[in-house]
Parts: sequence; C-alpha cells; structure tokens
Amino acid sequence: MTSEKKLSVILVDDEELARALLREMLSHHPEVEIVAECSNGFEAVKAVAEHKPDLLFLDIQMPKLDGFEVLELIGCEMAIVFVTAYDQYALRAFEVHAVDYLLKPFGLDRFEVALARAKDGTGVKSIAPEALRATATPVGQYADRIVVRDGTSVHIVPVDHLDYVEAQDDYIALACKGSKRLKQQTITSVEATLNPKQFLRIHRSYIVNIERVTKVEPYGKESKVAILKDGTRLPVSRAGYARLRAVLDGVS
Amino acid sequence: MHPILSQIRRLGIYLLAWVPFVGLLFYLLTTLGGVSSLQGAVMVPVLCVLYAFACLSSWYSCKATSLETSSFGRLLLTHLLGAATLSILWVLSSRLLAKALSSYPGFESLPDRMLRSSPLLFGAGVFLYLLSVGLHYVLLALQASQQAEKRVMQAQILARESELRALKTQINPHFLFNSLHSISALTSLDAARAREMCVALADFLRLTLGLGEKNSITLKEELHLLHNYLAVEKIRFGARLNMTESVEDELLACAVPPLLLQPLIENAITHGIANLPEGGSIALRIQQRNGLECLRITITNDFDPDMPARRKSGLGLLNVRQRLETRYGSRATFSTRKLDHQFEVQLDVPGESEEGV
Repeated sequence: MTSEKKLSVILVDDEELARALLREMLSHHPEVEIVAECSNGFEAVKAVAEHKPDLLFLDIQMPKLDGFEVLELIGCEMAIVFVTAYDQYALRAFEVHAVDYLLKPFGLDRFEVALARAKDGTGVKSIAPEALRATATPVGQYADRIVVRDGTSVHIVPVDHLDYVEAQDDYIALACKGSKRLKQQTITSVEATLNPKQFLRIHRSYIVNIERVTKVEPYGKESKVAILKDGTRLPVSRAGYARLRAVLDGVS
Repeated sequence: MHPILSQIRRLGIYLLAWVPFVGLLFYLLTTLGGVSSLQGAVMVPVLCVLYAFACLSSWYSCKATSLETSSFGRLLLTHLLGAATLSILWVLSSRLLAKALSSYPGFESLPDRMLRSSPLLFGAGVFLYLLSVGLHYVLLALQASQQAEKRVMQAQILARESELRALKTQINPHFLFNSLHSISALTSLDAARAREMCVALADFLRLTLGLGEKNSITLKEELHLLHNYLAVEKIRFGARLNMTESVEDELLACAVPPLLLQPLIENAITHGIANLPEGGSIALRIQQRNGLECLRITITNDFDPDMPARRKSGLGLLNVRQRLETRYGSRATFSTRKLDHQFEVQLDVPGESEEGV
C-alpha cells in the first residue's frame, strides 16, 4: 500500500472493445487504478467482493446477471457509473443512486464528467439492497428470478422453481426443489417483487407458490395448514386463509 | 351506363320478367276492354316491349333523386310525374298502333276498343312504371354496396402495404450505438480495423436504406446484407460469435422479403450469444422442400437456459413473424423451439421467383 490512496476501479462490460476504451480513457488518470476487469455479472460480483473497489463502471446488458442484479448483490458501498447503449434504463439507474449514466458511444469530455462525479461522490451514499430490488424491477413487471449471493458465488433462483419463501429474522429462505437458500432481505420486500397471481402471503412468515398447494387442512382449533405437493406443511394465518380461499375459489 | 342495358344477359332477364305482365295485360284487355283474342295477341306484346324499354328511363330519374337525400314530396312528385307522362305516351302510341292496324281484317273495331281501354292502359302504365322505379332503386343500392365493398378492399390493401413498409426497415438503434462505440474504441487501438468496421457498417446501412421501396430481393442479396451485418457484429463480439451457413445454390435466385434473415440473426446474437460469456454458435440453414416450391430456413443458436424467458426472444422475431403473416398468410409458417441449450427458429416461405412478385 502506497501512502496516497489510489482510486480503485473495476470495469464490467462483456465487450472487450468497450473495456479497452474505458481502460484507455482512464490511462490519463494516474490516481486511478484498475483492479479488475470483468466480462459478466458473476465475475463482477466476485471481483467486487474480493477487491472492494471505490468505483464500478457497470454495463447493464450482460451475460448471467444484468447490471441491476449485480448491484443488488454487491450492495452500494461504492460509486457506480452505468455504461450502456440503452437510454431506457437511465431513470432506474438514478433511482438506484448511480453516480452517472454514460450512453454509448461517449466522448472523453463526457467520460471526465462522470469520473469527476464519481470522485466527489465516492462512498457518500448507501441504499438498502432490498429497496434497490424494488426500484430495479420496472413498474408493472415482476421478478422472473431471484439472485442470491453466497460468499463470492452467485445462485439464480427462477421464481417458477420457487416453492415457498420463509422469513428467518433478517433473512429469507428461498425453498426450491427441496433445498433452501438464504438471502438478506425482508419477506415484505420480496413479496412486492413477486407476481401476486403466482405467489401469496399465507402467513406473517410465509409466501407460497400457489401452484404448489394441494390442499388446506384444519390444524388445531383455529389455525389451518397448507400442504404442498412435496408434502411440506406450512402454517396459514386467518388472513392468509381468506386470501388463499379467494384465489382457489377464483380458479375453480 | 345503364346497369340493365350494359349487359345483354341482364337485358334478357329483364325482358323475361315482363312475360307475366304481357299475360296480365292480355287478360285485362280481353275481359274488361272487349278486345278480341287476335287483337290482343298482336297488340299486347308490341305495347309491352315498347313500354319495357320506356320504363328503363326511370333509372335516370332514380339516380337524380336518391332515396337518402331527397324529400318524400320530391320523390312522389318526380316519379308520379314520370309515370303519368310515360303512361299518356303509351296510351297515345296504343291508339296510333290500333289505327294503323285497323285496315286489316279482324282489326276494324280495334281503335274504338282501345279508346275505351285507355283508362285501363293508363292505370297499368302507372303501375308498371312505379314497379320499374322500385327495381331501379334496388339496383342503385346494389351498386352502392358493391362500391363500398370495393373501397373497403382497397383500404385494406393500402393498410397492409403501409404496415409492410413500417415493418420493413427497422434497424435496431442499439446495434448502431454499440457499433459506433466499438469503432470509437478501435480508433486508438487499431485504426485499420476501425476503418474496416466503419465500411462494413456503412455498407450494411446503405443496403438497408435502399430496401425502402422493394417488396422482395433475391436470397443472394439478402445474404449479402446479412454478411455485412455480421462483419460488424464479428468485430464487436470477436471470438464469441461463430457463424456457420449452409445454403443450397439453386435457392440463391429465389425472392424473399427484404430483411428476413438479418433480424433473426440479430435476435440470435442479442438474446443468445450476447448472454454467453464464452460466446456460442449460430447455424443458418436454407433448404428446398418440394423442389423450389418452398424454402425452409432454420436458424439455431446457443443460448443460456438460465436467462429468464422474457429476455430470450425479442422484437426481431415478432417483426418477421408479422411480416410473413401479412405477406403470405397461411402459405408461410413460423415456429420456434427450445432444445437443451439451443434455440431454433424455423420458417417455411413460398419459393417465389423474382419476376413472379
């Protein structure tokens, strides 16, 4: 470590030429150090966890994970500059507190502005990842998959494979084909991203995939229990039962 | 032109329709007018043929006083006046005819008897004329509805043509922006390749812009356009993009809608290859089926099955599918299917020769 701290940067873009251009533009700035270059979302999540950079140049359309999913997994401890040819993401980008949004193709002037903004704003903001998830999903659309980080590796859970979601303190457990994955998120915020036609909150701590429910049985005096296809029994609250009844009656 | 006089067949049917009236008039004149059978047999057909043609004139008065725009009073006045005038003329001509025939044996009493039958003949004349007015209004309505139908057809054809035009030249702006960005990167890295990419992009754009007016191009031209497009994308994606192509030579002269292949390949790149960190392959195969009657185009590309379905197919597929539907209807088929790690688009289009289009 040198005495004067360099600005550490990670470049994330699946196109080699796009990374080369960023590299070249950054080469005029000796105070900046490129600590990693990544060509897809998985690599980006891993590199960020490893290097904890100050600044991330992030493409949006990428293999494996898109830019917003990467952001959700890495949190917002660093400054983010989105780099993309698509202008329709600009609003979402600023909603997730991106420092700047570079539209391809961009010139050196525009790049310098973005870099200057990133230097000013480095480390000043933070936003809860779950709030991020909500804004990162476009209005009127629901998540089609949920991304989960486990150390430096990333798992993708398609919502169609999801059997139920269980709240566990600050985490949620995503039950999928008999195994569970933990994610730091509240059950209410994940509920907001799921399609209500497919998923239902049946209990304070449970969201169930409606298709998996085979029957609902009384349990004890007042409460009910939902039985899933794989035999799992989930508690159903009174309000949850009313909601479930409404959906199941609506179907039949 | 008069709708009945314009066609011999229609005139024949019209005159045939008068036969019952000949019978009716014959009966009336012989029973009520005291005309002998022989006199009636000569007089009635002649009078009827004369009046049949006279009644055709009501076409013009019907056209001049259309049912929708004219007041009831005016309708009544016009047609009653027409009926009265023609009937009087008819009565007068019957008298003239009777007079001319009176010198023949057996017809001596005819002028006198026709004079007595004048009110009867006048009444029949008014009735027949008004009947023909009715007939002509029916014909007018038929003509109007046929024209309306024709207009609707023409409007549909126009709408379809403009739809095709709108669908035809849709270059994805993001392709342009991304390509320009790659060129921008290459300018300092590798100026020669930057120039190469500029030229490939310009060639592709020029070819695409030139397609504006064309309904079809040869498969050879379409492939040429595709190669220019691929030249650009290959610089952008580098080794990640592999393309194989197998096209039967006899098919190169076939006519296809312009920009048929390119959007499909673009779809395979943006929703397939671009999502694979290591890249993948696209295979294009064009074969004939039933001789040159049908072209079967198959495009297979690698894709990442973990990507959500929504992001796997795009507007390019929809656009091509709509264009095929608009242009060929049920003569073209379009299908997609997912294999394990591959996505396949298959289309059958009619094999048209270029002149035939």
